[in-house]
Amino acid sequence: MTAANPPAGVPDPGFHERLTALAEKRMAAGEVYGEAAADPVNLPMIRHWAAAMGDANPLHTDAEAAAAGVHGEIVAPPAMIQVWTMPGLAGPAGRTGGDGGSGGQGRAGDQGPGGRAVQAGGSGEHGPDGRPGSGGGPIDDVLAALDAAGYTGVVATNCEQTYDRYLRLGERPVPATRLTGLSGPKRTALGEGYFVTWNVTWYSEGERVAQMLFRVLKFHPEGRKTTPDTRQPYPLGPAVNDDTAFFWEGVARGELRIQRCADCGELRHPPGPVCPSCRSAGRTYVVASGEGEVYSYVVHHNPPVPGWETPFAVAVVQLPEGVRIVGAVVDCAPAEVGIGMPLRVTYRQKDDNLILPLWVPRET
Amino acid sequence: MVSFSGSTAVAGIGATEFSKQSGRSELRLAAEAVFAALDDAGLGPSDVDGLVTYTQDANDEIAVAREVGIGDLTFFSRVHYGGGAACGTVMHAAMAVATGVAETVVCYRAFNERSGRRYGRPDPGLGGAPSSLGLEMSWHVPQGLMTPAAWVAMFARRYMHVHGATSEDFGRVAVAMRRHAATNPAAWFHGRPITLAEHQASRWIVDPLHLLDCCQESDGAVALVVTSAERARDLRRTPALITAAAQGSGAEQMMMTSYYRDDMTGLPEMGVVGRRLWEQAGFGPEDVQTAVLYDHFTPFVLVQLEELGFCGRGEARHLVADGGIEIDGRLPVNPHGGQLGEAYIHGMNGIAEAVRQVRGTAANQVADVRNVLVTAGTGVPTSGLVLSAG
Repeated sequence: MTAANPPAGVPDPGFHERLTALAEKRMAAGEVYGEAAADPVNLPMIRHWAAAMGDANPLHTDAEAAAAGVHGEIVAPPAMIQVWTMPGLAGPAGRTGGDGGSGGQGRAGDQGPGGRAVQAGGSGEHGPDGRPGSGGGPIDDVLAALDAAGYTGVVATNCEQTYDRYLRLGERPVPATRLTGLSGPKRTALGEGYFVTWNVTWYSEGERVAQMLFRVLKFHPEGRKTTPDTRQPYPLGPAVNDDTAFFWEGVARGELRIQRCADCGELRHPPGPVCPSCRSAGRTYVVASGEGEVYSYVVHHNPPVPGWETPFAVAVVQLPEGVRIVGAVVDCAPAEVGIGMPLRVTYRQKDDNLILPLWVPRET
Repeated sequence: MVSFSGSTAVAGIGATEFSKQSGRSELRLAAEAVFAALDDAGLGPSDVDGLVTYTQDANDEIAVAREVGIGDLTFFSRVHYGGGAACGTVMHAAMAVATGVAETVVCYRAFNERSGRRYGRPDPGLGGAPSSLGLEMSWHVPQGLMTPAAWVAMFARRYMHVHGATSEDFGRVAVAMRRHAATNPAAWFHGRPITLAEHQASRWIVDPLHLLDCCQESDGAVALVVTSAERARDLRRTPALITAAAQGSGAEQMMMTSYYRDDMTGLPEMGVVGRRLWEQAGFGPEDVQTAVLYDHFTPFVLVQLEELGFCGRGEARHLVADGGIEIDGRLPVNPHGGQLGEAYIHGMNGIAEAVRQVRGTAANQVADVRNVLVTAGTGVPTSGLVLSAG
């Protein structure tokens, strides 16, 4: 962590290139060894871990049972592999990234957005920050560069471990970390960010004992406020009840639904609870083709309408199915709208909860 | 069967000044208008036993009764659907009088529509309520279609397309109304006529409607006294007989957005009203010397002329050409200047004008008036009256 974060929303035009160059350099450097485990694999730590995780296998904690088992001695649970080389919260100065390359340790002050604890898929062993201990490992400066550019949020997205063999008491595994991927910037629900992937391999007594792929999303938490996914509530939301819910549920799925009487088959829009033709309360729907044409339209100029920028066009749209529906016409200048203009439906997110069916010009 | 036709009358009219900022409460405006109407009729508060207003009016009947000093009420009623209520209030009053439910009923409408809640402004709450109206509005408001001008403009565009009407045809209505208002001292636009060029140059509200296609917004109140024709003849003023009164709603009716029926070029609910009026009156459009047509937006004046039988479908543009609806034209429409020129009191001021035309006391008096047609709000369930000289 070196530079103050730039103001949110102020792009640094050269950042992406510099970050990519740095990452390529680190990836080319390949595997970088970290420090061996601070303590040898030991029974007290195994017992704490097994108790915390609910692992009752006596092969890990009962010398007698273990002696009688396939290993002939106590072995550590393989999933503890990160534990042995994980630095403390303070992270001893000068440690290489390898140990922290477990992705396990963050600093108390580097929380994700809103202080939410971040958990990767089931691992449960890493803190809120994917950063390894400070030092000169192959991922430290890439993560630091992202922090400095404002991508201070972090969420672990992948943790995949494979085990070559069990560790025995007294072994001191050594981690080796290599940066294997950088992709971005990508727009995500959390904000714009980069995915950073690294692999850690543990060695002991001259052989490989375990491997791990770890991936984090480093994102711009300020960006959340401006992404299209977190909007101000749309001020003109519809009332919805039993008679109209099917329509809005369809819109949410990208379907334009027209009520169809379950008995006489008559189509009806706007919908209602009782068929005016046969009195049936049995209702179903058809999904419209999504095509239509302008039957009439207006261009609204004044006064301002909440949620819309004037001027904007709204049309009565005649559907080939035989009913009409009202919708705004977007993605073209209001002056280009005319009666008879071919349209097709589109669906636009107006806020976190509402999608509206709107209409755009259709090529014929 | 009991009939109010010819046996009931408007015996008194009263109003406040028409302004943009009344500076007083809506209840006070209501009370002032009721006092004025009673004074005009030569009656006192103790003579009143019925009150009728709009569902949209903010002044309860009992509140008005308290302020005016009206004692026992045996009839009170509200008429729904915005400005469509206007003539309906008189119909309700006439029914009460004809059936003996009440003897003297006052109809009133009072609001600070300009300085208070303005109907032309978008109201985001329109589509949010799970009432039948809220659900109806929910097909339109979320799409940004949410002002009266926009709702009417949607019809106007289709009418233009089908019948070849133009913005200038709408403009001729506005020019006629402002010409009439210019010589009506009670009108807000007294002394301020406009030209067709000014209409065309006025800014877009909702294309195809210019600013000058839209009626003004007003503060004010109007009240009317309805009683039996027999009693009215004994009072101070010449009675305006209620020859016909009707309410009407059409098939597939909605509030301002009946876009899912017919070809969107008519006002079927006004057709319902018109047929009832002519049936009760026993005569037709040719026997009306002047008409007071609800003019919140110019295009619907044309459509009303067609629905009421003053001309054929799509032909109203020919009727309004060359001053056809001006004071010296074939059918003088809104000699007071209408809501475009005099004031927007939700149609109630138009009924008062019809009474003056029957009495022969209007600012812009049409000669030899025997029958006047009055209509209420358009695009909504509506109502109408034919008032006649006794």
